[in-house]
Amino acid sequence: MSQKQLFELNNVNKSFTKGKEEITIFNGLNMSIKEGEFLAIMGPSGSGKTTLLNLLGGVDRPTAGDILFRGSPINNLSEGQLSKWRAEHIGFIFQFYNLMPMLNAARNVELPLLLKKLSRSQRRNSVDTALKLVGLEARAGHQPSELSGGQQQRVAIARAIVSDPTFLLCDEPTGDLDRATAVEILEILQLLNREFGKTIVMVTHDPAAAEYASRCLHLDKGEFIEKDLAA
Amino acid sequence: MGSLISQIQAVVAMNLRSLPQRIWMSLATLFAVAIVVAVLLAFLSMANGFQQTVKNTGSESLAVILRAGSQAELNSVITRDQVNLLSEAPGIVRGDKGPKVSAELYVTVDGIKRSSQTEVNLPLRGISESGISLREGFTIIEGRMFEPGKNEIVVGSSVLREFSGFELGNSLRFGKTTWTVVGVFEAGASVFASELWTDVRTLQSQFNRGSSAQVIRVALQQPGDIGAITEYIDKEPRLNMDVKTEAEYYQEQAKAMSDMIFFLGWPLAIAMALGALAGALNTMYNSVAQRAVEIATLRAIGFRGVSAFLGTLVESLVLAFIGGLLGTLAAFLLFDGISASTLGGSFTQIVFSFELSSDAFVQGITLAMIIGLVGGFFPALKASRVPVMVAFSVDP
Ligand SMILES: Nc1ncnc2c1ncn2[C@@H]1O[C@H](COP(=O)(O)OP(=O)(O)O)[C@@H](O)[C@H]1O
Ligand SMILES: [Mg+2]
Repeated sequence: MSQKQLFELNNVNKSFTKGKEEITIFNGLNMSIKEGEFLAIMGPSGSGKTTLLNLLGGVDRPTAGDILFRGSPINNLSEGQLSKWRAEHIGFIFQFYNLMPMLNAARNVELPLLLKKLSRSQRRNSVDTALKLVGLEARAGHQPSELSGGQQQRVAIARAIVSDPTFLLCDEPTGDLDRATAVEILEILQLLNREFGKTIVMVTHDPAAAEYASRCLHLDKGEFIEKDLAA
Repeated sequence: MGSLISQIQAVVAMNLRSLPQRIWMSLATLFAVAIVVAVLLAFLSMANGFQQTVKNTGSESLAVILRAGSQAELNSVITRDQVNLLSEAPGIVRGDKGPKVSAELYVTVDGIKRSSQTEVNLPLRGISESGISLREGFTIIEGRMFEPGKNEIVVGSSVLREFSGFELGNSLRFGKTTWTVVGVFEAGASVFASELWTDVRTLQSQFNRGSSAQVIRVALQQPGDIGAITEYIDKEPRLNMDVKTEAEYYQEQAKAMSDMIFFLGWPLAIAMALGALAGALNTMYNSVAQRAVEIATLRAIGFRGVSAFLGTLVESLVLAFIGGLLGTLAAFLLFDGISASTLGGSFTQIVFSFELSSDAFVQGITLAMIIGLVGGFFPALKASRVPVMVAFSVDP
């Protein structure tokens, strides 16, 4: 496995202003994420896990400090450049799946491909491949409302990987699922990491879920306490 | 830029397909727009119908001569001597029976409007045989023509339809005199169909007008050319009169009325449009709020803000357009061709039909699209600015 740095966070500050109050989430946060690793981020509610994920995904900007992606900063890209960067490099997986309710599974999976110059048949091939990978090729024509939570999350994973992104950002991907279904999802993520070399950053508060990762960081009051899970 | 177009297509399609989730609000907006357009079209078709009716009345080959400054037939007085003098004027058609000149009397009598049961003024025109021969579209469609010397009237077909008591054979009291309806006539779409006609001499004697008339109509040798008559009147000190072609006369009579309908209709439509606009804004802001997570998710995936903007705008425009079509359809079914009567320029009733023109249709749809554009623009701006972070918000 390559040991090159995918992300480097240098002295990242992040604070929100809520009315007159200023809430500081991170104060001089440093971390790095290597290409090809499966990183779990754990921590109590309100510790800043989602905020960190937003920073890594170029969805939110740090108040101060640098976020380097493969050595170049992303925090000074324009909105348009960030959109492009996200489309090229990231697959997002959300706790509540965030599927478009009026599109069937295949159409949902196809969405990221609409940002690329691809023919209809190329798009269909990629969608088929992604749905097969998550074991849902038989449900391509189903609406999200006709699918179980676990199936919806698998569609969401197919959508996240269909355009072959560099890394996956998952915010509590099993937070809304029962244990058995959660295991299915985690096994798919592990497969994507091991067989397809996708770097994965997964936020979870579930220690059992974190065990599927190769490294686990504990976030508490904006600071990391590192534990290595890979035996 | 192929990818931008496919993004926008996808987002627009998603917006439209998510419409059923906001069905009631969307329907409310749609109907509000429809009502605004229907009201506007009602006024426009009224103005148009009125104008058409009056336009069809005036002939270019007739001149209407009134006492100077009297503006309408009702206010004018012309003596027997003046009529005789005018008959000598050049530019008038002369047939076997002498010059084609019609001295007419024009008085108002009471009528009851069927629809509202209100009392209105109806014009009673005294006319001679030569006067009738000047009217090209004139035909008796029921009964017979009045006979000179008897208190007999023929009524215009619109009068029969819109006002009660004018059925064939009925007796009517006008002041101290009693009259019998002996016939019904048609006169094209013209205002004459809103009149009652009788023999001019009978009317003069029954209404104590001696031998005076109120208006003279003459047949012009050159249609539209009143130059020779005007010159003759200017040089003749005993004649102090205004000459217009009949077409011009009715155009002037109609203009004030159709202007009023028009200038009443547009402000009312605009006031209502503001109400519909408030509704559209509310619906579309609601749509954006409802779709915030979806919009943010698409933005996270890499969709551009402009696609969210256009998706919202198109949704609003589509709603407004359907509303506009619905309003047009309603106006067409409810108003087109129905007849109405209103005060003409000379304080009598003119019966006319609502007539939808393609022009009014375009104006209605334009108004609808403006409501859709403004009602969609600000919510669309908001949609394009939904923070991507919203995709990660905890509430499902
Ligand atoms: N957009 C925001 N505005 C203000 N405060 C925020 C915002 N996003 C997060 N916070 C605050 O930052 C803290 C960390 O939030 P978050 O990263 O969502 O925590 P976690 O995901 O670990 O539960 C919380 O106290 C939260 O209220
Ligand atoms: Mg969170």
